[in-house]
Amino acid sequence: MNMIKDYEMVIGLEVHCELGTKTKIFCGCPTTFGAEPNTQCCPVCMGMPGTLPVLNKQVVEYAIKAGMATNCTIAKFSKQDRKNYFYPDLPKAYQISQYDLPLCEHGWLEIEGENGTKKIGITRIHIEEDAGKLVHNDEYGTMVDCNRCGVPLIEIVSEPDIRSAEEAVAYFKKLRAIILYTGISDCKMQEGSMRCDVNLSVRKKGTGKFGTRTEMKNLNSFTFIQKAIEYEYKRQVEELEKGGTIIQETRRYDQASGKTYSMRKKEDANDYRYFPDPDLAPIVMSDEKLKELRDSIPTLPDERKKTYVDSYGLTPYDAELITNDMATADYFEAAAEKTANPKILANLMIAEVMKLYDAENGAIAIAPEHLAQVAEMLRSGEINSSVAKKVVKALWEHDEDACEYVRANDLGQINDEELLMSYIREAIEKNPKSVEDYKKGKVAAAKAIMGQVMSKTKGRGNPILIDTLLTKALDALK
Amino acid sequence: MNITELSVRELSEKLQKKEVSSVEATKAYFEKIEKTDGEIGAYVRLTQDVALKQAEQADKAIAEGKATALTGIPYGMKDNICTKGSVTSCASKMLENFNPPYDAFVTKKMNGENAVMLGKMNMDEFAMGSTTENSAFKVTKNPVRTDRVPGGSSGGSAAAVAAKEAAFTLGSDTGGSIRQPAAFCGVVGLKPTYGTVSRNGLVAFASSLDQIGPLTRTVEDAAVVLNAIAGHDPLDSTSVDRTYDDFTVGLKDGVKGMRAALPKEYFGEGIHPDVKAAVLKAAEEFQKMGVAIDEVSIPAMEYALPAYYVISSSEASSNLARFDGVRYGYRADSYEEMDDLYKNTRSEGFGKEVKRRIMLGSFALSSGYYDAYYKKALQVRTLIIRDFNKIFENHDFIISPVAPTTAYKIGEKTADPIEMYLGDIYTVPVNIAGLPAISMPCGFDGDGMPVGLQLIGKVFSEKTLLRAGWAFEQNGR
Repeated sequence: MNMIKDYEMVIGLEVHCELGTKTKIFCGCPTTFGAEPNTQCCPVCMGMPGTLPVLNKQVVEYAIKAGMATNCTIAKFSKQDRKNYFYPDLPKAYQISQYDLPLCEHGWLEIEGENGTKKIGITRIHIEEDAGKLVHNDEYGTMVDCNRCGVPLIEIVSEPDIRSAEEAVAYFKKLRAIILYTGISDCKMQEGSMRCDVNLSVRKKGTGKFGTRTEMKNLNSFTFIQKAIEYEYKRQVEELEKGGTIIQETRRYDQASGKTYSMRKKEDANDYRYFPDPDLAPIVMSDEKLKELRDSIPTLPDERKKTYVDSYGLTPYDAELITNDMATADYFEAAAEKTANPKILANLMIAEVMKLYDAENGAIAIAPEHLAQVAEMLRSGEINSSVAKKVVKALWEHDEDACEYVRANDLGQINDEELLMSYIREAIEKNPKSVEDYKKGKVAAAKAIMGQVMSKTKGRGNPILIDTLLTKALDALK
Repeated sequence: MNITELSVRELSEKLQKKEVSSVEATKAYFEKIEKTDGEIGAYVRLTQDVALKQAEQADKAIAEGKATALTGIPYGMKDNICTKGSVTSCASKMLENFNPPYDAFVTKKMNGENAVMLGKMNMDEFAMGSTTENSAFKVTKNPVRTDRVPGGSSGGSAAAVAAKEAAFTLGSDTGGSIRQPAAFCGVVGLKPTYGTVSRNGLVAFASSLDQIGPLTRTVEDAAVVLNAIAGHDPLDSTSVDRTYDDFTVGLKDGVKGMRAALPKEYFGEGIHPDVKAAVLKAAEEFQKMGVAIDEVSIPAMEYALPAYYVISSSEASSNLARFDGVRYGYRADSYEEMDDLYKNTRSEGFGKEVKRRIMLGSFALSSGYYDAYYKKALQVRTLIIRDFNKIFENHDFIISPVAPTTAYKIGEKTADPIEMYLGDIYTVPVNIAGLPAISMPCGFDGDGMPVGLQLIGKVFSEKTLLRAGWAFEQNGR
């Protein structure tokens, strides 16, 4: 469909992130994931009559840290409001959230898009309590599990600055990275610790006005975000091209079909009757406290990225990949101190180490100084890149001094021209057909001969040197 | 010795001198209740078993020399204050069988003092009303004349004290619910400064206005009970973090040299001449005792009543939303869909006045009306606070009536909610501003019904009010 090129999508994300406090936002119940239903709740989080909320101060501090890490203005005076609606998973029939005075506003973060670095605005970050969970059971019908009631969340609302599924994913990833850096959440997407609502509309390119938007709720993986956006974008464009209109509504993304389905229309939406919660005092932050919080934030990905690009010569894209996870960034920095060419190190990290590393469940199994050794050997020509790959894999299984390993296993690069020339002559003799092809101008035919030389060296030959020598030898036959 | 005739202070002395035991006192009160409460209907539920156990415990504490001011004293608890193991119904069908698994802050305080809970007091359903006629269970009669209402919403609490069916009671005051029934029944009622007594365990009506306080026979008793219940509670974020002096210290120091204010808005249209005369006479008595009196004005007063009904109903609409039939309390027998469960449960479980307030409040908060009602009401609140503060720059307390009239006849006002609401005009500004106020008898109307005098002070000036109240009380004796 060609028409699709005339349109652009306008996306804003609302990201919910569960804070890693030990206890809930308004009572002392634990927040542990996966406990038996209704074993982590008390009269307060179950909304029993006469109970009152007492704000967990750490929730406020965590939210402020998120705001500081995303360049927000932090409110020194903020309040909490009640969002009123009836649903069986909401014991008080209102959710304590923040309406017109959120803790953090007017922030932004940077993503690496198709056209370089792009700033995405953050409208606000506010704190709120999670609702419970409905469990459907054949025998008893629908039951309520209140364990999640009162689990502290922050909602991070972006400006409608996002223009593609890729940008949306990049934003989400970046946000996740920043939050992980601040240590306020584990951001475990499978456990629902981080989930995202996508607001999407389309408009003809060049038009200033936004189209009517739809909202897709609770997407909890990068893939779902990508696919849901792609589908919904196509659906809206097709609808408009058919002469139809987009209805403001909430849509559900179905993972199985990859389609979105209408859940409820705007006119069915609740009037939440927000008003300030009279049970809770306003949140007032002192300058000292704010400074203390600011000082507790580690160097963030963007600042590290800048260093990597400016001082280490990495591309912004590679720098982004490494800084997305504080563990890889810390590791990279430790290793970079021990090598003269951090770029080679970065390539090793991205191409080899980060493929073996499982960010959620493990650590990097090679000591940074050992990886630096590999990078150094690569730089000096002591080993070639295919050997480097082997070494990294071997060290991952059993970490040891990389130079020792290369020596012990005799993996050093062969730079001996005499020796290499003997292999080349042998290969030329054995491959008259390829030689003929090369003479006829098929340059690629040299590749087959090259492969044979390389295998003769058991992968240790200096590929550049072999290429030069081989080309010279072949050209001499012309 | 007639035990039930004694004040808290007197009974406490006799208990500690072991002239009487708490078990005897408790039994005496149950006998009195047996005799008169069939007619009065102050109690919605008696807790005899618990009471006798508490009395035994109190006697033990006295024997061990561990008695405090309320040890062994039989009292009544308003039915919207949670008592672990005893039904706390708020006089509503909705919570008819609700047995809270926790004690309110004040219940813990009472238990800590080894006070003896005789039972739970009748009230207007969820504390919404001014006559106790909105109870889902029974009508409470005014002990002074049983064809009259006891006032509300703490009508049971006031009637029990007046009928000598409890040495004291606890009530709650959102817009006058302690002071007005105290006035109607001729007893003392104290509404403390907002934040003095924890609301933890008080089933919320309007969170920013609700405050628990004592109903007693004497001003001194009010000070004694307040000593037991005032204090910071970290589990109530609106509880003020401060320490309180002993409210009985300096009680009898007199009022000479104090300055009081008479706001003209409290004596305008709608006030019954007998009420006006009695309160102005009280002002004269204060003058005779050496209090300088000035006429003052509270210009924002004319907006107080509508502001109160907007704020209290808005908060109530949200506070009472949790009664949905899902987890506890009443659930409708028949429903098909989830929405029916909510609708039927709430339609059947709540009484008429409660539903009226929920609808009022939901409307005031709804999108498009919020600015015109709720927000405006909050602005009025600021103005009222400002007007009061100005008066308290130069005055120790305000002298006013508690209500424009004395107790209504039973059934007299039930047909017209607006007329009923107008009766709250003198008490609601105090809640809006979070101030303390004491209500005490200051004479009678032509029918022999008690007239209430209200003394209002600035925040945390309970000691001044009690001192003034005590002086006035002595004067009248």
